[in-house]
Amino acid sequence: MSAALFLVIAVLTVLGAFTVVVARSPVYSALGLVGTLFFIAVLFLGLDAQLLGFLQIIVYAGAIVVLFLFVIMLLNLQAELETLSAPALVAAAALGGLALAGLVAFGVARTPLGVPVLAEGFGNTVPVAERLFTSYLLPFELTSVLLLVAIIGAVVIGKKRLA
Amino acid sequence: MTAPAPLAWYLVLSAVLFGIGVVGVLARRNLIVVFMAIELMLNAVNLTFVTFARAHQSMDGHVIVFFVMAVAAAEAAVGLAIILQLFRARATVNADEVTTLRW
Amino acid sequence: MLADLLIDVARVVFIILLAVQLVAFGGFCERKISALIQDRIGANRASIFGFAGMGLINTFVADPIKWLLKEDVRIVGTDRLLHFWAPVVSLVMALVPFAVIPFGNELVVGDRHINLQAAPLGVGVLYVLAMVSLGVYGVVLGGWASNNRWALLGSVRGSAQMISYEIAMGLALVGAVLVYGTLDLQEMVHAQGRLLGGWLPAWGIIYQPLGFLLFFVSGVAESKRVPFDLPESESELIAGYFTEYSGAKHFMFFMADFVEVVLVSALVTTLYFGGWQIPFLAPDGFHFPGGGILPVAPLLVTLLGVVAFTVKMLFFTILQIVLSWTLPRFRYDQLMRLGWKGLLPIGLANVVVTAGLILWLGGHA
Repeated sequence: MSAALFLVIAVLTVLGAFTVVVARSPVYSALGLVGTLFFIAVLFLGLDAQLLGFLQIIVYAGAIVVLFLFVIMLLNLQAELETLSAPALVAAAALGGLALAGLVAFGVARTPLGVPVLAEGFGNTVPVAERLFTSYLLPFELTSVLLLVAIIGAVVIGKKRLA
Repeated sequence: MTAPAPLAWYLVLSAVLFGIGVVGVLARRNLIVVFMAIELMLNAVNLTFVTFARAHQSMDGHVIVFFVMAVAAAEAAVGLAIILQLFRARATVNADEVTTLRW
Repeated sequence: MLADLLIDVARVVFIILLAVQLVAFGGFCERKISALIQDRIGANRASIFGFAGMGLINTFVADPIKWLLKEDVRIVGTDRLLHFWAPVVSLVMALVPFAVIPFGNELVVGDRHINLQAAPLGVGVLYVLAMVSLGVYGVVLGGWASNNRWALLGSVRGSAQMISYEIAMGLALVGAVLVYGTLDLQEMVHAQGRLLGGWLPAWGIIYQPLGFLLFFVSGVAESKRVPFDLPESESELIAGYFTEYSGAKHFMFFMADFVEVVLVSALVTTLYFGGWQIPFLAPDGFHFPGGGILPVAPLLVTLLGVVAFTVKMLFFTILQIVLSWTLPRFRYDQLMRLGWKGLLPIGLANVVVTAGLILWLGGHA
């Protein structure tokens, strides 16, 4: 992905992130999140991570944020009048976020990162599958158990309790 | 693929996104928006992993992102169920109004 | 360089035009076939100077004019932005998966080999799933932005149905991916050109009959056609999640419905019925099992492939239309039960059995 295209996508991503944090209506925040996730998927594609790019859209943008939107619609959350907490806390948070981002960016921008030529098939399904079923087999199996537990947990926690 | 943008820029972008996520978690009161800011932070980390995977030509970064996505999905499901139950009990998702255990 | 760009544009334009023409033709077929099934004549009143063209004037001239010129009703108290973008998202996400559908073999012009597929992605199947899962937003936002609690109800039902059947669709696709060993749709179609035992074309339906049924049913459910059209329920919720849309926006939702029908047909054709493959047709001519060879010019072979693909897509589109007008509608709990307790276990069993058979027979097709 050329530098110019990266700048455009990066600006759009940051705009989406701002929308998540700043928007009054939770629905707009959710849509900002979809935009951010979509542009991050585009960045993944630019980094030759094809499988992850499309998985990002399927899992994050297409399922997790839909879940968020369901909950927002179910609870019928309208646009809020006061979105932020106490001004002192907001100022501290903004400063903290800025400092964190600045620190990481400073440290990172000085790292020499080469861009090596990639092997054939980098970022596709086969290498990921090879690793998932050999080196990372235990985390893979644990993740499937985790997902099962999460499904059962979500169903149990979300049930209407007979008080 | 043509030569990508300098990879350090990707890392700077992910740092910025992480910072925005932190501000979102600390400054917003609506629990669902806080949750979304957490997802934003997770995605910033994913971007970092993929960038380093590209820089070191190692697919292990991709596998880790795969796991992060799975865990984030599980976390979102359970977290939203909790928020739903909270709303049923207190009729609010404002973090300031659920600071006490009873009444 | 410019020639490459023009070729890319031409491929994209071709597949979009093909899809949209089939949508228009499908609209006409729907009116006439539903009329045949219900023992009536169907739309034939609109005419130009007395020429009614058997309903063609009605579908292709009168309806578009009506839809585009109808007043765009503005609703009070809703989100104008979301109200505008919901149908757009629905339509765009239904059209975009056509980019990875291969509509022909390689076109050899001079020394240029043009792959007749708009976007030769290595992960084509995932791309289709991704765009279909983004299509849910059109439904979700359409209902939310309508300031109408029944539209909201329709949209919540619709989106829950869509995400449930996406899982069954994904599992059916996993079966197909296991058999062909690739996520690239053009590779899958190429792999279906072989002959089993010397005479049977190795189409997907032979390898994955259950997968085909699973995919077809979940595709119909995903596009919210009857018998799965409770979110829309023309006889109950007026128009469900797009009740409050009129004019061009309604047209976009309606068209998105049809585009998904054509998309499901295209996917079924590509994965399970050989795509653009004609039995016994190799790039240089027909090779019959008896031993006869009928040489055919390569350009004509490619053209025949494109025509075969279109005919197969048309067959499945008409099949879905006939299905729509024959079966009664599922109740919502029956629908969800079918998706989660019926198709999901069957899909998993399909994957396990397919994987087992592949291991036993040693390697994929």
